[in-house]
Amino acid sequence: MTTPTLSIRDLTVDIPTRHGVLRPVNGVSYDIAPGEILGVVGESGAGKSMAGNAVIGLLNPPAHIASGEIHLNGTRIDHLKGDAMRRLRGKDIGMVFQDPLTSLNPLLKIGDQLTETMLAHLDISAQDARQRAIAALEEVGIPGASQRVDSYPHEFSGGMRQRVVIALALCAEPSLIIADEPTTALDVSVQAQIIALLKKLCRERGTAVMLITHDMGVIAEAADRVAVMYAGQLAELGPVREVLAAPVHPYTDGLMGSTPLASRGKDRLHQIPGAMPRLDALPTGCAFHPRCPRAQDDCKQDSGPRIADGAGRAACFHPITREAVA
Amino acid sequence: MPLVNIRNLTRIFDVSKPWLNRVIERRPKAMLTAVSNVSFEIEEKTVYALVGESGSGKSTIGKMLVGLLPPSEGAVEIRDIDLARETDAAKIDSIRSDIQMIFQDPYASLNPRWRVRDIIAEPVAARGGDTKRLAEKLLEQVGLAARDAGKFPHEFSGGQRQRICIARALASEPKLIVCDEPTSALDVSVQAQVLNLMSDLKDEFGLTYLFISHDLTVVQHMADRIGVLYLGRLVEEADPDTLFDAPKHPYTQMLLAAAPKLDGFGREVTPPTGEIPDPINPPPGCAYNPRCPLAQDICRTTRPELRRVGDARVACHMVD
Repeated sequence: MTTPTLSIRDLTVDIPTRHGVLRPVNGVSYDIAPGEILGVVGESGAGKSMAGNAVIGLLNPPAHIASGEIHLNGTRIDHLKGDAMRRLRGKDIGMVFQDPLTSLNPLLKIGDQLTETMLAHLDISAQDARQRAIAALEEVGIPGASQRVDSYPHEFSGGMRQRVVIALALCAEPSLIIADEPTTALDVSVQAQIIALLKKLCRERGTAVMLITHDMGVIAEAADRVAVMYAGQLAELGPVREVLAAPVHPYTDGLMGSTPLASRGKDRLHQIPGAMPRLDALPTGCAFHPRCPRAQDDCKQDSGPRIADGAGRAACFHPITREAVA
Repeated sequence: MPLVNIRNLTRIFDVSKPWLNRVIERRPKAMLTAVSNVSFEIEEKTVYALVGESGSGKSTIGKMLVGLLPPSEGAVEIRDIDLARETDAAKIDSIRSDIQMIFQDPYASLNPRWRVRDIIAEPVAARGGDTKRLAEKLLEQVGLAARDAGKFPHEFSGGQRQRICIARALASEPKLIVCDEPTSALDVSVQAQVLNLMSDLKDEFGLTYLFISHDLTVVQHMADRIGVLYLGRLVEEADPDTLFDAPKHPYTQMLLAAAPKLDGFGREVTPPTGEIPDPINPPPGCAYNPRCPLAQDICRTTRPELRRVGDARVACHMVD
């Protein structure tokens, strides 16, 4: 078996506060293979962005990795500090954030931002870097790249800016890209363009992608596998087709049911009662049990089986058995 | 008789630089046409949805409908009264209390220093109405507890805040509620709760909604009639089944094809080309012609009128 590009094992992130320790990410494990797109879904507060930030070493103190391991291409990276982590960021891990305007420096021409990244990480001359910057812009589909390379971010539209951010994330040829809600700020037609671009570039280069989003439709179209998070834990992990079309964890099932669908017509949407618990008031046992229609006594005491790749699909004592349904 | 009648509605914003800059840089005035010649009707007790991408003018129409913005041309008539031109204050007043609005961001649309009771009762209190036990009753109707009336907005989650906004909109017993992206800031499971609540309240109180959204699946779920906007122009209007099964305008077709689908596993979409043009200098003729696969010469010179095709109304030269 090939080494996965990213391997997360039992990752736990803690935020110590005056009122006790909050745990936004709790024992999460998953792998991403080269060229694979792993979708990470969950509602706000589920810990999906926190897990992404932990991988790239961008946790804001006092948040820190309390336990667990992160391996990138077989090398352990979760304990790297300062300079060592900085060399990794941009070089081996590219990042695409939600808001393309705030992730570009408004005072620098986009060509300078691209060459700066390349000169910092690659051993090439400034002239080469400029050529490669133009090539990178052409690759992400910016028309007239040789002129636009000298433009400032405000001269681009939202979709074009997000293309520049993707070029920026890819320019040092990283093996992993973390895309945190890359299309949430964009219109539907532009979103389709960006998703198609991300898919194409990753297939061509074999880059692994962690696609963090709350949009199930985007996951369905872009991801190969999907990890569903709830209250800091992995609820369900598996191939996208199986998880979305036939979810076995009651939370995933509820989430899919509450999404308006053409085929369901105008019937009432399925409602998951209640709301996601606050991190300082997590219920005992399985975090989902107060909202779960299948909850039984054991769910209230124990937190359910942990899942990881090759070891179970849903963190649930009483998963929905699909054979019985079908 | 339709409740709302919108005729040739146009809104132009002056987005010119300051006078001195214009003189020094020798630039003409810049005018942005946010809404251009839009006409439609909303029948009583129905949901009319406006969809479109950012910059399509959907929120501007909503604001003109409630009277937050005056129209540049055309008219908004509610029960045959044109709010912008009516001179009888009593008539205006009677219509005003019939219209309410729910905004997109439940964090920004509630005053953080006011208690929920005061926020909800404000539309009635401002008119000197009786607000005794009003907030408590409305909170229970939107699925919160009566004792929540004494709390402040920060004590609630996003979905609960949107329920408070809905309670406030209901306080003056309106006929028409303009909902501007009411669930865009919410998670899917919370969105489902809020949409269900809105459907229930509509049946219970006989409300009419103008539902503004960019999310096609939500619109399909809620609407009785859908208007598709592109660059401030109404390009297609139909009921949901017709629109989603057989979209006629090439822009609607593109929009529906581009929207991510829950069962679209590994679907390779040919992404649409181009972006929405600059509304300050819109292309001549049909606004969609630079991106349209069907565009002919006539599309580049003459703006298509909205005309009836079957059950729908379409603004396209190429549709029969």
